[in-house]
Amino acid sequence: MNLPWGPGGEFARREAAMSISGLLWQLLAIVLALALAPLLTGWVNQCRAWLQNRSAPPLLQPYYMLHKLFLKDVVLAHGASPLFRFAPFAVFGCMLLACAIIPTLSTDLPLAPTADTIALVGVLGLARIFISLAAMDVGTSFGTLGGRREMLIGFLAEPALLMVIFTTALISQSTSVATIVETLAHRDFIIYPSLAFAGIAFTFVSFAENARVPVDNPATHLELTMIHEAMILEYSGRHLALIEWAASLKLYAYSCLGLALFFPWGIAAGSSVLGLLMAIPVLLVKLVIGGFLLAGIETINAKVRIFRAPEFLGTAFLLAVLGLLVRLMLETRV
Amino acid sequence: MMPALLSIDVLLIAVCAWLAIGLAGLAAPRNLRFISKTLFPLGALVGALVGLSALLFLGGAAEVAVLAIGLPNLPFHLRLDNLTAVFALLVGFVSAGISVFAAGYFRKGEGTAPGLMCLQYHFFLASMLLVLMADDAYAFMVAWEGMALASFFLVTTDHKHAEIRRAGYLYLLIAHIGAISILLSFGVMTSGSGDYSFAGMRAQQLSPFWASAAYLLALVGFGAKAGLLPLHVWLPEAHPAAPSPVSAMMSGVMLKTAIYGLLRVSFDLVGDPLWWWGVVAMAVGLLTAVFGVLYSTVQSDMKRLLAYSSIENIGLLAVGLGLTLIFHAYRMEGLAALAMTAVLYHCLAHAGFKSLLFLCTGSVLHATKERSLGKLGGLIHRMPWVAWLALAGVIASAGLPPLSGFVSEWLLLQSFLFSPGLPHPWLNMVVPVAAAVVALVAALAGFAMVKFYGIVFLGQMREPALKEAHDAGPWERAGLVWLALITLLLGIFPATVISYIDAATRQLLGTGLADKVREHGWWMLAPISPERASYEPLIFLATIVVAVLFGRQLVHRLYHGRIRRTPAWDCGYVFQGPRAQDTAEGFSQPIRRIFEPMFRMERHFPTARDSQPYYSVKVEDHLWHWLYLPLARLMNAISVLMTRLQGGRIAIYLLYSFLTLIVLLLVARP
Repeated sequence: MNLPWGPGGEFARREAAMSISGLLWQLLAIVLALALAPLLTGWVNQCRAWLQNRSAPPLLQPYYMLHKLFLKDVVLAHGASPLFRFAPFAVFGCMLLACAIIPTLSTDLPLAPTADTIALVGVLGLARIFISLAAMDVGTSFGTLGGRREMLIGFLAEPALLMVIFTTALISQSTSVATIVETLAHRDFIIYPSLAFAGIAFTFVSFAENARVPVDNPATHLELTMIHEAMILEYSGRHLALIEWAASLKLYAYSCLGLALFFPWGIAAGSSVLGLLMAIPVLLVKLVIGGFLLAGIETINAKVRIFRAPEFLGTAFLLAVLGLLVRLMLETRV
Repeated sequence: MMPALLSIDVLLIAVCAWLAIGLAGLAAPRNLRFISKTLFPLGALVGALVGLSALLFLGGAAEVAVLAIGLPNLPFHLRLDNLTAVFALLVGFVSAGISVFAAGYFRKGEGTAPGLMCLQYHFFLASMLLVLMADDAYAFMVAWEGMALASFFLVTTDHKHAEIRRAGYLYLLIAHIGAISILLSFGVMTSGSGDYSFAGMRAQQLSPFWASAAYLLALVGFGAKAGLLPLHVWLPEAHPAAPSPVSAMMSGVMLKTAIYGLLRVSFDLVGDPLWWWGVVAMAVGLLTAVFGVLYSTVQSDMKRLLAYSSIENIGLLAVGLGLTLIFHAYRMEGLAALAMTAVLYHCLAHAGFKSLLFLCTGSVLHATKERSLGKLGGLIHRMPWVAWLALAGVIASAGLPPLSGFVSEWLLLQSFLFSPGLPHPWLNMVVPVAAAVVALVAALAGFAMVKFYGIVFLGQMREPALKEAHDAGPWERAGLVWLALITLLLGIFPATVISYIDAATRQLLGTGLADKVREHGWWMLAPISPERASYEPLIFLATIVVAVLFGRQLVHRLYHGRIRRTPAWDCGYVFQGPRAQDTAEGFSQPIRRIFEPMFRMERHFPTARDSQPYYSVKVEDHLWHWLYLPLARLMNAISVLMTRLQGGRIAIYLLYSFLTLIVLLLVARP
């Protein structure tokens, strides 16, 4: 088998990775993530409003919200510890790192070797631990409830996500995000049945992880059904702004990861200006379609009870393991 | 010219020094100040010395020594090789931190006199180091039993409580079941040659049947010490019973001597492994890990929670060991080296973070006199040092980057990714699915750790008395900082650490990872190639830190940094007392519900008409009722039968002797 990193292989290690242009593109990817993430949230909200026959909020509403929150004072509970004030920044930093290593425009990212897909799951886990601990910090009933439920969703979703990643890693013989995307995007077009299973499992996981409808409702006002909102009840001002921004970044990261793993076409392999300029409109079109589908799925589903969530995520886990088994049993014998 | 001091001599001197420090404690058994402020720091110094000399030795050629003590014709054989050195490194550096902590920990009037305690503690340390250095079965068993006895006395320090005596008894019992099994394993490996030195065992060519018997006996024996299912029951009893530095030492260090023993027997002494040995170890390990992590999430006692978490980690180590054996049996040495590196790395990582967490519970216990999670909370306000250092342990224990626990988990998952290449019709499909279980265990460990940290250190104080809690003293802080540093360094510099511990992998498997790892610089961990998989923890950490600092500056500069303090919002609810928070039981309710068949639960629910509503849930281990209690009843029944022989009259006993004599005369022929 001609492996991508073999001597003289297609993607022999490029020295240019650490060059100035590489760093510039890396910076562009981060800035793009920071800028596009709230826009994606705004777009999903707008689509959802249309589909539900409501009048839609402006597309830029999340930016107005962030600006307003940053202007406001932080109203801090008496019992809040320094951990509570540190957590929003930590969560934001984790999400930024996650966005920086997922190939959105190009696979040639200087930060890409920092963390492979397993470390990516780790960084998402780190953010989850911080937000759950912060939720328990003030010591209110809803806070601890939210923290507990977030950890519940987390421990159900994380193994499923890892199994999805294992399936893609077995196909590309690598856990590095860049190599996976290069292998999947630039090889001859083969339909992998295992990727179909993995794709469905990944969709389930991303709905749960991003506090989306069958598991959580981002627009809920009923405390007892909340997960994400219950955790951040005590936050205000710039802390809340950072957490909301981090949540948008998480949605963006999951969308880009899904696009990179299952629809990788259009992501540039090198850092040629033309390829990258082509990649931006392709990414935008994919995100627009993806956001619309997300809103559509949310509209035709109802939120389930919290104890149905294990069934939902258990299905995702089984599908991911099934994908892995399909890969091992059917595809490696060819 | 004076002969150069060999590393093995340094370690022997350290053993003697520890024994001497212990004996010095007997000189003034009640002088707490002398013992805690002079002897324990000296012991810590010796520990650091042991760690340092093991570090300097790594990569060197094996050194041997013969001591003129022991049986006639069977003196103590000692040997220092790279496997020993890796574990001596662990014993030395981790025990240094624990001893420094212990210098500030022990107080007056707690059970055993401080001098006696000092003797037991340092005897424990010395015997652990001797276990690692032993090069014949006799020396090994003597050191092993010394270790078991010393730790038994340490566990029963507060011997005035009946439950602690019970825990100690259970521990001693299972330690001896294990010891018998290890002894039999050694016996099988000598295969009747009468040569009990390890060199003699290596020279034996065992048939597959006897080799398997030796391996399985060793697995049972060392498994009993490590806490593998179903011999884990002593662990959650003994760890909470012991004083915290002792729990830290047992969980962080002593359990690793059992892993050392397993590695020594299966890769060094017994010869070529069979593939199914690995499957057995992996299956037992997976069961142990799932069991341990599930039970750790439902505990209400903070030390029991950590003890079950240790069972989980031992399970993961057994999984890694099994994977190494499978690869090794198929002569895929490069991959076996990857899996073994994961095992050795996890030994070091777990020793660091679990000792750290146990010591933190010690500080909490001293400050609050409480072990029950239901009576703690909000301690981050009163004990900031302990709380922030415990956070490092919690993140590492949850297997999250950029700390130590993640590196070994990452290595283990990477080696699982190669298992589809196994040349076996069904192993190559079943083994990768085992990775799914490992992933589940890691995620559940995160749940358990959030519960531990959130309930002990965060939230409102659940008891008014907690307001009096004080932070750890300077000695305790120094010990905690030392262990947190180990956790951080192991997390940040994996490539450097691997290039050191690789000598042990190379010794056991003939190949290692160091060359590949060194190729890419000290900041990058890429065991195969950077395109295959890479992880750069330092850049990982730096990116997050830069994002946090830069983000904070930017927000403060562009907007403002104003803060107002008010009462908590909580959706406007008026009743916001500490009782409104989750209890330990409440937090783990989802786990009990989802994994209900795994637990044996006794629940009592209040009815609507109760004037004094009462709710309780008691979670017990199924294995007690399925295995241990029936066994105990059987033993009782047998003993009742045996008492019939004891009539209490001397004439009857003389009759027994006479009958025995006659039978012997009939049977035995010259």
